[in-house]
Amino acid sequence: MTHNTPDLSLNRVPEMGSAPIGSAAEIRLAELWETAPGWRGWLSTVDHKTIGLRYLVTAFIFLLMGGVEALIMRLQLAGPEQNLLTPEQYNQLFTMHGITMIFLYSLPILSGFSNYLWPLMLGSRDMAFPRLNALSYWIFLFAGLFLYVSFPLGEAPNAGWFNYVPFAGLEYNTGPNIDVYALGMVLLGISTTVGSINFVVTLFRMRAPGMSISRVPILVWGTLTASVANIFAIPSVSLAFFLLWLDRRIGTHFFDVVNGGKPLLWQHLFWMFGHPWVYAVVLPAMGIVSDALPTFCRRPLVGYSAVALSTMATMLLGFGVWIHHMFATGLPTLALSFFGAASMVISIPSAVAVFAWIATIWLGRPVFNTPFLFFAGFVILFVIGGLSGVMTAAVPLDFQLNETYFIVAHLHYVLLGINVFPVIGGIYYWFPKFFGRMMNETLGKWSFWVMFIGFNLGFFPMHVAGLLGMPRRIYTYAPHMGWNMVNMITSVGSFVFALGILLFLVNVLVSLKRGALTTPNPWDAPTLEWATPSPPPAYNFAVIPIIASRHPLWEDRLDEGGGRSSLEQGYLLMEGRETLGTTSLDADPDIILKMPDDSLAPFFLGLFSALVFAGLLLHWQNFTILMVLACSLSLAAWMWPRKTLLQRVPDACEEGAAHG
Amino acid sequence: MAEAMQTAQALPAGSEGKRSGGWWGMIALIVTEGSLFGYLLFSYFYLASQTEQHWPPEGLPDLLIPGINTLILLSSSIFVWISERCIQSRQMRWSIASMALAVILGVCFVVIQLHEWNDKSYDMAANLYGSLYFTITGFHMLHVIVGLIILLLLLLWLGLGYFDNRRYAAVTIGGLYWHFVDVVWLFVFTSLYLTPYLY
Ligand code: HEM
Repeated sequence: MTHNTPDLSLNRVPEMGSAPIGSAAEIRLAELWETAPGWRGWLSTVDHKTIGLRYLVTAFIFLLMGGVEALIMRLQLAGPEQNLLTPEQYNQLFTMHGITMIFLYSLPILSGFSNYLWPLMLGSRDMAFPRLNALSYWIFLFAGLFLYVSFPLGEAPNAGWFNYVPFAGLEYNTGPNIDVYALGMVLLGISTTVGSINFVVTLFRMRAPGMSISRVPILVWGTLTASVANIFAIPSVSLAFFLLWLDRRIGTHFFDVVNGGKPLLWQHLFWMFGHPWVYAVVLPAMGIVSDALPTFCRRPLVGYSAVALSTMATMLLGFGVWIHHMFATGLPTLALSFFGAASMVISIPSAVAVFAWIATIWLGRPVFNTPFLFFAGFVILFVIGGLSGVMTAAVPLDFQLNETYFIVAHLHYVLLGINVFPVIGGIYYWFPKFFGRMMNETLGKWSFWVMFIGFNLGFFPMHVAGLLGMPRRIYTYAPHMGWNMVNMITSVGSFVFALGILLFLVNVLVSLKRGALTTPNPWDAPTLEWATPSPPPAYNFAVIPIIASRHPLWEDRLDEGGGRSSLEQGYLLMEGRETLGTTSLDADPDIILKMPDDSLAPFFLGLFSALVFAGLLLHWQNFTILMVLACSLSLAAWMWPRKTLLQRVPDACEEGAAHG
Repeated sequence: MAEAMQTAQALPAGSEGKRSGGWWGMIALIVTEGSLFGYLLFSYFYLASQTEQHWPPEGLPDLLIPGINTLILLSSSIFVWISERCIQSRQMRWSIASMALAVILGVCFVVIQLHEWNDKSYDMAANLYGSLYFTITGFHMLHVIVGLIILLLLLLWLGLGYFDNRRYAAVTIGGLYWHFVDVVWLFVFTSLYLTPYLY
């Protein structure tokens, strides 16, 4: 077999074997999969690991930007009657803070983990659609920039992240602020949608043979559930924003009360999306914990199936509870009772997960290092956030607490507790896999405690402020309201928390340079990603492994019956970039998938799409049309059937050569 | 390796019909686009059920031309399907002819629909009904145009001899999108043209 002309036959028996590091086969694989150096490679790479890291870094930068905005707000609110900020500046700050945290940080950071980890956990060489993956990143980046360009000009979105009409309508909001938000969100929606499609198809088609659906890690379940939800829910919010933009710039009447439009339509469309979204940003993070916590408890997760099922149940219910954001809008009482009850029920699957984690810690032999601390801290915050959530699901109480700092406290407990803590813990956990170096433990423990104490110091008193009647979204308050003390504590706590994040960042930078070099599996973890070298080579797995259990790396110890996974011997697949496609449920080998090479098409398609939206924003009609054409051309080039991918039939002469 | 031995069967390589990634991706795309139309129609009924205006403003819609147009669009789907069947039985000429016919029918639909738009006495900005009517049919029109571009590309690729009965996933996948565009029209048509007769 000469390797200069890859075998392009339409059917073949996949070669089995092994390819240890340094063997001819391994060198060949590296050649096939590695990205070319230089700027071309940088712009054209479709390697899921690079894209995953880009997602992580970009989303983290957005977290820092949103964090700085929050700190400025906390400076303003530290004492009564301060005038660091004007009311308009405060409006823009809390709106941009909300948008940044909700849309540009919390889901993208999880997409970063999943992009990096999925193929490694599933035993594949890449995601189902590598180019789409790159596209989803580029559009995310451009949408983020799009949402931020108007900030320095003082024209940032300013109507809160859920942007209620009529306040967000043209009548009350004449500047470009809301247009930026509306168009930016439609653009970002494209990124999230294609990303979600990629995850779903990857799960159903790209698992290593033998990894039946009941053997995938919980992170995969979490991201899968979130992605399915996104596929259904994103169109709702994109449509809402698009209709708003039409109302504002084309003169339609969807939300225009005078002409029969209904502002409540906005709320329905927004929350039909918004509530599933809240679960989309927590379920994968819960998955991180469900997968990583057992490693530090030295035993498998208690109740794998229950946790997997509760993940999906949460989302199903999540689609039924959007009304609970609208309790105070004057809906019929029957509707309120129904949705109130549904919101209470939703705490059941979450409780299942909490008990599973507690039982895992309880029955295991916990190793108290940094990632463990973050995951355990997460469990505590989850319980507090959940309790205050159940409180607001009670309709009468919600009438009282709606629009106060109690809600602000609740949402930060939920979002920081269930998203930020697992994310930082996850970075500590997978850092050795990403970069081949360990993070510093001492600094790590410090960063955890500073963050944990700062967080509770900062956000717990907000509950009190809320009960004392302090409304949210006020830029200042009078000294005699009795809110001075709680606000001061909150502000101090916020800065302590920020210091914790800073310590974490210092740790990342120091460890990148000087961290101890690691082995493939420094934590002695059970899942497949730890079977690859740290950092993993471009092709991930020299051979596609054959999986026999849920914990391929703990089989010797657990002895769950059911045989041993084969990690050294497996499918070679090296006639060009190739990986194995398997059946959806049982993961039987089904097809040899030809994977695309690096390509500039995703970058350009992303760029041109962003420019379409820029054109719309600036009312440059011809420019917009031109960019639509550019998008179409990029797409046609992208989709053009290729012989190397066997999307079309080989020519007769080549066929002869391939068989000869 | 007992397990490894049992898999020593030949597997197809590359984009093979419904086993290709593209087919799965298209289904997911259709689900999300289908939801988009679901939300559009939700908005229509939500606003229609609460309106105090004339609905539709010009009285009950005329069904003749839109009805014929619906049949045109559906028949175009049938020809896309025939085109694919012809590839399977290696009748490439017929496949190309059938695809070309599908494109022509699709273009007819667009022309007639543009005519319909022209005949309306109001536009998007005139009243709430106009906003809904033109946004919903406009979204659909956009999908028809994208679908037509896809069909034209398929026609071109068929003409270039890229496909035969062994590899033609692009036709299956592109065809699926076109069927989706047609099925969505049935929902749009029912909502905008037929349901006004019910109340
Ligand atoms: C250092 C950390 C943080 C601090 C000090 C902080 C502080 C604040 C403050 C002061 C507000 C404005 C409250 C008001 O005036 O109504 C706010 C709102 C908000 N925060 Fe944070 N926050 C932090 C981190 C986060 C994170 C990590 C997320 C999400 C993942 C988040 C999500 C939100 C949301 C969604 C709002 C509501 C915005 C709106 O009312 O439209 N925050 N935060």
